[in-house]
Amino acid sequence: MALVNTAVTTAVARPVRPGEAVGLLVYRNLLSYRRAWFVFATGFLEPVLYLFSIGIGVGRIVHGFEFNGEAIDYRDFVAPGMVAASAMNGALLDATFGFFFKLKYDKLFDQMLATPLTTLDVARGELAWSLLRGGIYSAAFVVVMLLMGLVGSWWAVLVVPAALLIGLAFGAVGMALTTFMRSWQDFEYVTLGMLPMFLFSATFFPVTAYPDWLRWVVECTPLYRGVVLCRELTTGALSWGSAVSVVYLVALGVGGLVVVRRRLDRLLLK
Amino acid sequence: MSDQTSMISARGLRKSFVQRSRKGPGIEFEAVRGIDVDVRRGVAFGFLGPNGAGKSSTMRMICCVSPVSGGELRIFGLDPATHGPEIRSRIGVCPQEDTLDNELNVWENLYVYGRYFGLPRDVVRDRIDELLDFVQLTEKAQAKVDDLSGGMKRRLTIARSLINKPEILILDEPTTGLDPQARHVIWDRLFRLKQQGVTLVLTTHYMDEAEQLADRLVVMDKGVIVAEGSPRELIEQYSTREVAEIRFGVGENEALAPKVEDLAERVEVLPDRLLLYTDDGERALQDVLGRGLRPETTLVRRATLEDVFLRLTGRSLAD
Ligand SMILES: Nc1ncnc2c1ncn2[C@@H]1O[C@H](COP(=O)(O)OP(=O)(O)OP(=O)(O)O)[C@@H](O)[C@H]1O
Ligand SMILES: [Mg+2]
Repeated sequence: MALVNTAVTTAVARPVRPGEAVGLLVYRNLLSYRRAWFVFATGFLEPVLYLFSIGIGVGRIVHGFEFNGEAIDYRDFVAPGMVAASAMNGALLDATFGFFFKLKYDKLFDQMLATPLTTLDVARGELAWSLLRGGIYSAAFVVVMLLMGLVGSWWAVLVVPAALLIGLAFGAVGMALTTFMRSWQDFEYVTLGMLPMFLFSATFFPVTAYPDWLRWVVECTPLYRGVVLCRELTTGALSWGSAVSVVYLVALGVGGLVVVRRRLDRLLLK
Repeated sequence: MSDQTSMISARGLRKSFVQRSRKGPGIEFEAVRGIDVDVRRGVAFGFLGPNGAGKSSTMRMICCVSPVSGGELRIFGLDPATHGPEIRSRIGVCPQEDTLDNELNVWENLYVYGRYFGLPRDVVRDRIDELLDFVQLTEKAQAKVDDLSGGMKRRLTIARSLINKPEILILDEPTTGLDPQARHVIWDRLFRLKQQGVTLVLTTHYMDEAEQLADRLVVMDKGVIVAEGSPRELIEQYSTREVAEIRFGVGENEALAPKVEDLAERVEVLPDRLLLYTDDGERALQDVLGRGLRPETTLVRRATLEDVFLRLTGRSLAD
């Protein structure tokens, strides 16, 4: 006991290292979700329901479906798209609504900035949390796919890291956009951007269905890059295009993070 | 009690805000217009001033959460622009508005906050027990923050600001909105901290609080310091020893002021009463009655900081 008390009086406060700070922010979010696990779980449901209704339901009546010049079951086509979508959902939920609430209403970051934490710590920590949430959703989704026999290649193991990349890109960009939002109404734009991406990013049908110009547009969206990356991994059809997707997603993540940090400086350190 | 080590020093410190408008250039507003402050170790230093005087703006610069717009600021001899995290690890902050984490309970609030200071888990746990006891919230450890009363939240914020054993404790209106009992609890706690050698920097709108706690005071108005000294010195310098308060009927006070003007060194006209500044209050009162004036109520009292404040800012402190 005496020993402990000495530690109590002698331990000295200090600035935390970047890695520690990320761990602490993630821990704080885990604590706060411990009482809201139901909210956490429902975010996962949407892509699973789509997999069942469209991938499997609609899949029954789609025949002779070709991907990469090979015949493939429609549900095998849809499933990896849903992994990507679940990563996007998971990351965006906290990066947009959650982040806005902490920033504008809860004054949570004001509290953190009274400690040795910096705006960069806050940006990295919150992004790590979004990423973790996206990662958990996708990992759970891969388990669902495995149970249903939808995984055709060992490459599929890499789907989870790929999903983390998707989480990174969407988390960072989502947070960056959120710093510009003025009220909850502005989030209509997020929904407005997410839904078409979800429906048209080669999630339910290949981009070859589009005219050339539109195809180019779609190929530039982050969800498309994520969907294709996941599909290449689950079907084992890796190519140079996969590397491009990886670089693209990482670049979005890093760029977003830089913007978030700058905006937090502007908004919080007045 | 205090030594010569400079904890906070400001020279010509300024803070301006740019208010952006949709079109045209932003309008610049100067909230702090060049102040000099020296706070030495172990001192309790108070900032007084009406709303908008620039007290919180100054506090936020000292806490390194608001960049300095001009002049020089050093905390522990360090520059906030380059050593923010180091400085913040050594100060405790109780901001004007509570910034508690509403998604965590009382104990978790303290735990997570303590960990942000790089303190080991068991150290934070032990300190939480001590601090909850210190602010009398031990039985609320598992309560949600939302369920606490305003006074309890304030006490929790104070406990939180102490988790890193700060060398400087910054309190922006620590007792605003609290009932008298809660205020006394907080005063007592702050007094104990002062005895332990913690440097206190506080702002307040309560004169009794300033007189009780502060060794040195500055009065700010419109971004500048208009007076500085110990509470005693300020009262001696800016007020007479006694004050006679007289209250006439509603609306009559101002009209009757000229009739008593010559009976005191200075007469202050408030909407609801007249204040006669003199070294002998009883005497002034006799003179008022001797002129056939019949105030509804009268009171003779010693001068307080409130009178200093009135004189310097032309406003009563409660504004
Ligand atoms: N972020 C900001 N942007 C623009 N103006 C600001 C900002 N913060 C403060 N001000 C202005 O600066 C001035 C000083 O404000 P400050 O909060 O420092 O006053 P104060 O002395 O703490 O007042 P109070 O007693 O009401 O707390 C005010 O006129 C306020 O409107
Ligand atoms: Mg203030």
